[in-house]
Amino acid sequence: MSDTATSPAAAPPPGGPSGQPAGGRNRPSALRLRFQAVSGTLASIPITLFGLVLVTFFIGRVVPIDPVLAIVGDRAPQDVVEAARLQLGLDQPLYVQFWRYLGQIVTGDLGRSVMTSNPVTDDIIRFFPATFELATLALIIAMLLGIPLGVLAATRQGSWVDQAVRLFCLAGHSLPVFVLGLISLLLFYAHWGVLPGPGRQSIFYEGMVDTRTGILTLDALLAGDWGAFQDALLHLAQPAGVLAMFSLAYIARMTRAFMLNELKSEYVTTARAKGLSRGTIVWGHAFRNTAVPLVTVLAMTYAGLLEGAVLTETIFSWPGLGQYLTVSLLNADMNAVLGATLVVGLIYVVLNLLSDLLYRLLDPRVK
Amino acid sequence: MLTRRSVLLASAAVASVPMLARLGVRPAAAQTPANVLVFAKQIDDIISLDPHEAFEYTASEIAGNVYQKLVTTPNSDPASLQGELAEKWEVSSDNKTFTFTLRQGPKFASGKPVTAEDVAFSLSRAVILNKSPAFIINQFGFTRDNVAERIRATDPRTVVLRTAEPTAASFLLYCLSAAVGSVVEKATVMSHVQGDDLGNAWLKQNSAGSGPYAVRQWKASESVMLDANPNADHQPKVKRIIMRHIADPSAQLLGLQRGDVDIARNLVADQVKQVEKDPKFSVQYARKASLMYLSLNQKHPILSKPEVRQAIKLALDYDAIQKNIVPTTYAVHQAFLPAGLPGALTEHPFSKNTAEAKALLAKAGHADGFEVALDYFSGAPTSDIAQAIQANLAEIGIRLQMLPGEQRAVITKTRARQHDIAMVRWGSDYFDPHSNAEAFSINLDNSENAKNRTIAWRASWEIPELSQKTLAALKETDSEKRSAMYVDIQKEHQQVSPFVIMLQEIEVAVSRAAVKGFDMGPMNDRHSYTNITKA
Repeated sequence: MSDTATSPAAAPPPGGPSGQPAGGRNRPSALRLRFQAVSGTLASIPITLFGLVLVTFFIGRVVPIDPVLAIVGDRAPQDVVEAARLQLGLDQPLYVQFWRYLGQIVTGDLGRSVMTSNPVTDDIIRFFPATFELATLALIIAMLLGIPLGVLAATRQGSWVDQAVRLFCLAGHSLPVFVLGLISLLLFYAHWGVLPGPGRQSIFYEGMVDTRTGILTLDALLAGDWGAFQDALLHLAQPAGVLAMFSLAYIARMTRAFMLNELKSEYVTTARAKGLSRGTIVWGHAFRNTAVPLVTVLAMTYAGLLEGAVLTETIFSWPGLGQYLTVSLLNADMNAVLGATLVVGLIYVVLNLLSDLLYRLLDPRVK
Repeated sequence: MLTRRSVLLASAAVASVPMLARLGVRPAAAQTPANVLVFAKQIDDIISLDPHEAFEYTASEIAGNVYQKLVTTPNSDPASLQGELAEKWEVSSDNKTFTFTLRQGPKFASGKPVTAEDVAFSLSRAVILNKSPAFIINQFGFTRDNVAERIRATDPRTVVLRTAEPTAASFLLYCLSAAVGSVVEKATVMSHVQGDDLGNAWLKQNSAGSGPYAVRQWKASESVMLDANPNADHQPKVKRIIMRHIADPSAQLLGLQRGDVDIARNLVADQVKQVEKDPKFSVQYARKASLMYLSLNQKHPILSKPEVRQAIKLALDYDAIQKNIVPTTYAVHQAFLPAGLPGALTEHPFSKNTAEAKALLAKAGHADGFEVALDYFSGAPTSDIAQAIQANLAEIGIRLQMLPGEQRAVITKTRARQHDIAMVRWGSDYFDPHSNAEAFSINLDNSENAKNRTIAWRASWEIPELSQKTLAALKETDSEKRSAMYVDIQKEHQQVSPFVIMLQEIEVAVSRAAVKGFDMGPMNDRHSYTNITKA
């Protein structure tokens, strides 16, 4: 995915911005426009992230929790408390603190989490792979089921199939994730015993696979441990399934809406009049045209999943970004909160950028 | 390639159970292996496993099973002191020099015997690192600069400690029995030094102890794995302990019922009730050194009247709150030393007496009651307890303005003395009466810039006389007399203090019936895994 993303951005406009080559009048200017659009988006990233840091920082400072408490605890003598306060720079005016923090993150240093006492970067590197693994599988499931369901519902608008899909989507979207998670645990784990319980792996495999990427399934494959891979995948099934259920509903609903829109178009009538098969019309023409808006839906769903799902992570004891962010927030561990928020912000920006680039590939009209 | 894809598809179709079975993909066996014990516990409080840094519940518990201290207290008789690494100790006549003779036999996981050098190094290390629990040892006058001459190994089996002031032996020994008194192996720790960290970065996730277990692996918010220390003098029965972070109590219960978990540690009152009568499980209770109390800020003009304080103490229905809201997880307790600690006072002088409470309010000139704010943690069960208190106080005309908040926000507010009434929890820091006595009944400087901001200071309660009494108890060298002094102080404290001590926490562990021998104590570092067996 990153290959397709970088190639248009990296491609220099032939002839440079000033020199217009003689041959092929349309082509070069189109490329140049595309380059400008992409670089414009790229330029907006720092501004977006700056805004994010600014808002998070000031919200963090007005929270009525003393950040020193998380570092030295409730029992420390007063001189230790004061020393910690000075060390954090909390005696400085807010704008000075903010300026300092900015200077720090520009050099890539997100500071130290007071709660885990590790550099925030290390913490994120530890927690993010778990979320990434979960979110990616959830998105794949949601996509594989949601899109066909949406198309199916659209092509049979008003039939019982459509009604069933709509009911399913409504349920999936409105049932709280923790209810779904607990029901799933009760049925698949406690009652039938076909899927393992909370956690990322079984006790049997605990400590058997070396951590390389932090993505357990991938680590197991790299280690060539087939059993550990299966085990990790089975542990993923429930939380990913529950998360997917939620996203699936949204994806199916949007696909249905996009498809209905396309199927009403004149070109579909024309195609039908020309005697094209139903499959070719639906998948070859109508569905292809929904690709652009669908990419946005998928990208935003993915971003939402990647920021971590606190409730799902809690129920399934999944050590992911959502839990990290929530616990940090409750402890006023501002370095950790800011660091994790930045990462989430970055995910949104990058996925937005990617979907922008994908538009340009999928839709020749976007120039 | 084909199998990989089908496995992926299989998990995609979680709903289609038969498909999983057809593929022959089966979840792990439901019973835990015979030589492995699995705890389900909330372990995201672990920040470090270095015993000279760790101060959180789970990490202290692990330290208690991985390291040994000079002395300890058995859970069967928690007030009595026993040598763990020490065979005997002598106190000089001026009560300033303490000489410990080490037992022969204890060995580190590396196989090397525990020497006096290791003990002196460990205690000095705690002082020099100066992390959160260091004050427990530092209060005897040890500092980074003087520790080399005040804590010394005089021969391979003798350690000498010199305190700054004459010190009650029981006070020093109880403090040394805390997790911060753990003995680490000097050679191993020093081989992992980075800069001047005294091996802290390494010991955060590893261990170098002589206890029954050794740390094999810790994954934050995921799991801790301990393996039996092959050289320990008391060999544990179970060879491996796995502590899994299962945050949700319902999921812990499911794991227990499935047999994936041997002991669940964080079940809530309803769930405990549910399994209490089931013969497949056994429920174990231990009084924890943790109290829930109301702090009445003495800056508040009405709350500072003695009659009003007394009226509030008499308005609450302690028994009903305990029975209806926290039947298995809290017990009624009304003095600042929790049951299980030496000197604890277990009498309950207060019970609901609305008429007398009303009369007291009238005497204070508030027959029509008044309005006052209550800060409390918004989680369970505190929010339910807060509502019960609101109802009780309403009966005598006190109208509570409810201010639920995050735990740390409530603590922040009380530390700044900005609350009216706050409902807070307090856990003892170490196994000596002074831990709580200092907090609740010493406040020598009530100014805004005070150095020692005890619980009494936070309630703005000026007590020059009681503070002196509490300090006198600390200095009493006769341990029986000392315990008696604490009982007296608590009796006075109960009546005059602005603290409405209501409940003491009970720790509950639910295990499968076949699992036996988990020894629980009043402090987390006293929970021992050594004698756990699985039939």
